[in-house]
Amino acid sequence: MELLLDSLFNGVAIGSVLLVAALGLAIVFGLMGVINLAHGELMMLGAYTTYVTQLIFKLPILKPFYNSYIIVSIFLAFIVSGVVGILLEKTIIRKLYGSPLETLLATWGVSLILQQFVRSVPLAYGTGLVISLLIGLFLPTTFPSKIKESINFKYFKFSSWIFAALTGVLTGSLISSSVSKLSRASARNVDVTAPSWMRGQVEIIGTAFPKTRLMIIVITLISVIAITLFLNQSAWGMRIRAVTQNRQMSDCLGISTEKVDIITFGIGSGLAGVAGVAVSLLGSVGPNVGGNYIVGCFMVVVLGGVGNLLGTVLASFGIGIMTDLIGAGRLLSIWPDMPLPLSNTINFFATTSMARVMIFALIVIFLQFKPTGLFPQKGRMVEN
Amino acid sequence: MRISRRILAGLATASLAVTATSCGGGGTSGSFDDTVTVGILHSLSGTMAISESTLVDTEKMAIEEINAAGGVKVGGKSYKIEYIVEDGASDWPTFAEKSKKLIDQDGVPVVFGGWTSASRKAMLPVYESKDAFLYYPIQYEAQECSNNIFYTGATPNQQSEPATDFMYKRSPAAGGDFFLVGSDYVFPRTSNTITKAQVKQLGGKVVGEDYLPLGNTEVAPIISKIKKALPDGGIIINTLNGDQNVAFFKQIQDAGITPSSGYYVMNYSIAEEEISTIGPEFLEGHYGAWNYMMSIDTPASKKFAASFKKRWGSDRVVADPQESAYNMVYLWKQAVEDAGTFDDNAVREALVGQKFDAPQGPVEVMPNHHLSQTVRIGEINAEGGFTILEETGVVLPQAWNQKHPSSKGFACDWTDPSKGEKYKL
Repeated sequence: MELLLDSLFNGVAIGSVLLVAALGLAIVFGLMGVINLAHGELMMLGAYTTYVTQLIFKLPILKPFYNSYIIVSIFLAFIVSGVVGILLEKTIIRKLYGSPLETLLATWGVSLILQQFVRSVPLAYGTGLVISLLIGLFLPTTFPSKIKESINFKYFKFSSWIFAALTGVLTGSLISSSVSKLSRASARNVDVTAPSWMRGQVEIIGTAFPKTRLMIIVITLISVIAITLFLNQSAWGMRIRAVTQNRQMSDCLGISTEKVDIITFGIGSGLAGVAGVAVSLLGSVGPNVGGNYIVGCFMVVVLGGVGNLLGTVLASFGIGIMTDLIGAGRLLSIWPDMPLPLSNTINFFATTSMARVMIFALIVIFLQFKPTGLFPQKGRMVEN
Repeated sequence: MRISRRILAGLATASLAVTATSCGGGGTSGSFDDTVTVGILHSLSGTMAISESTLVDTEKMAIEEINAAGGVKVGGKSYKIEYIVEDGASDWPTFAEKSKKLIDQDGVPVVFGGWTSASRKAMLPVYESKDAFLYYPIQYEAQECSNNIFYTGATPNQQSEPATDFMYKRSPAAGGDFFLVGSDYVFPRTSNTITKAQVKQLGGKVVGEDYLPLGNTEVAPIISKIKKALPDGGIIINTLNGDQNVAFFKQIQDAGITPSSGYYVMNYSIAEEEISTIGPEFLEGHYGAWNYMMSIDTPASKKFAASFKKRWGSDRVVADPQESAYNMVYLWKQAVEDAGTFDDNAVREALVGQKFDAPQGPVEVMPNHHLSQTVRIGEINAEGGFTILEETGVVLPQAWNQKHPSSKGFACDWTDPSKGEKYKL
């Protein structure tokens, strides 16, 4: 019983990391069909946001709230990655809808740029840049419609960008002067330390579970529930689903597909940021952190069936549980006296490297029989 | 039109300036009779840049020290050392390509370079075919002995063997079972083969081993295996690489695998630099084994650390790989002066037997092109350094490991033409 519980927990823990990382991609790639190779780097931005937040919360003014920095950083990471995602959509991806190969190359280029960016720009000024992007993109939308319709609106827009740039430079230098660790560019990996209440273990039914893993499971659960509610209950969610099912018809019916694209991409990118917070709790934060997850993300989305959130959920937990079953050699402890050839085979695959090989092989075999994944969406094919 | 021409002119001047500075430490100054240019080849970009750039810094410092002390004296003339730094870009074929460039185009008499075994294996055929000489400063898995490479890092019997012995006989977990964890590439696998043979000889038991593919940070299956194999604590030998260590130590601490509950990790790839990245709070109470540790309390060690900090910044640390890199520049200088020429073959002959008072203590070049070194076992402390617990005497290097089944009974000797790379003892 304990063994089963342990195994199930481990499987869910591994799966939830995959799921939270793949969730944003399930929306961007699954619903919009954009092959976003910069998804991993949006995660990296989320992870760096956690690091910056952590350092800022160490300042004397915020010190009393230090223990809650991880909660704050979840929201901040969503915003940071979301803003960068929106900028990416507005400048690059929008022009490339319908040409997957070009999107793939362009987003790969973006991923390299982002990696180099965090290597060679001091994080304080990086934060300033994100803040000015945030203001520049959203300040104009807050103007009353009377101003928006006037001929002079572009001047308003222009001046709000100037205001944004100034605020960005100001916050950048403010952070850089108060947190010395953020004032120099460094290619070195940095480290997020979980607050004390999140370290150590918690005992449930006689088995000890690491608290950070539980936290990641909670983050994942909340993200999945929130995104499901948003897609199924809100007006914008309905518009998103409508556009993904039939773009021309939605356009004809008066849905602004342009806006829908921005919102969808923004949310998908924001979720990547949340995933970044989760993975920063597990390992170190560095320019390459996203690259370690991107293949796994695509695998989960493809296996789950493109365009289906439930498929993504099941696929990631399935992969998680399989990884634990094979990688930790669980079958041997469940059935200790199995015939020798069988137990030797299981032992052979019971290392992390071989388990990975085995899982990839199983997925390839599975996709031979069901090329569209666990839950193929039938309606989508009509469009193409 | 005029503007663009001006820009072009500006660009041209700028690029001229760049080429001028990239050729190394400036022109010949009055006090030297001549200059000699050496090659430095490490990754300055890509994943290995973080580690390898510290070696470039150390090698530059050693060269500057030698120059300040009057340069290299050959045949009554004093030579100023200049250097060309090339970027291996964390890409192994690039290392081979840049080696060719340094040897053929720049005509350097010696190249200091490399970190990963993969980069060394890529460079090896280049140096052998051109009969050039590479100095390689990293502790590695051995099982190699080239006439064209000089290895200043530790071989397994100068690091992992004394460490395993310590863990099994004298650590708090003495007599316990072993679990081996490593990244999935050549060094951890070879090192663990040796450790397994040694544990068997000692009468201990290896209850499990696992390898994490490079870049993978999901340690959960390994943790459940460790808990299953070592339910009441034991010895973990860790050969994980780079940032995988961060994931490993964060997650094992959360899972309750800590020194206070009887689990002791011996690390072969964690030096002072890595401790500060991972965070001493995750590593305190675990162990490391190196030839050089920054906490060595001798004047030579303190001087080395102090001059590095003075040259590159007070927050910098020195560690074992840097010390090896420092030693090799000095050993090359001594060998050249003894040989009285920069010619490879003469230097190679003069190199064997060279002694140097290194920061770690005296070292000597052995006929198998490796160094005799002192081994130290340290416990990681809260300040991010090592508390040195044990120090062996001088340990002779084994290019062919005597515990590895494939090389038992073999040795290497380049001073005797009848023996060479691999002969039966």
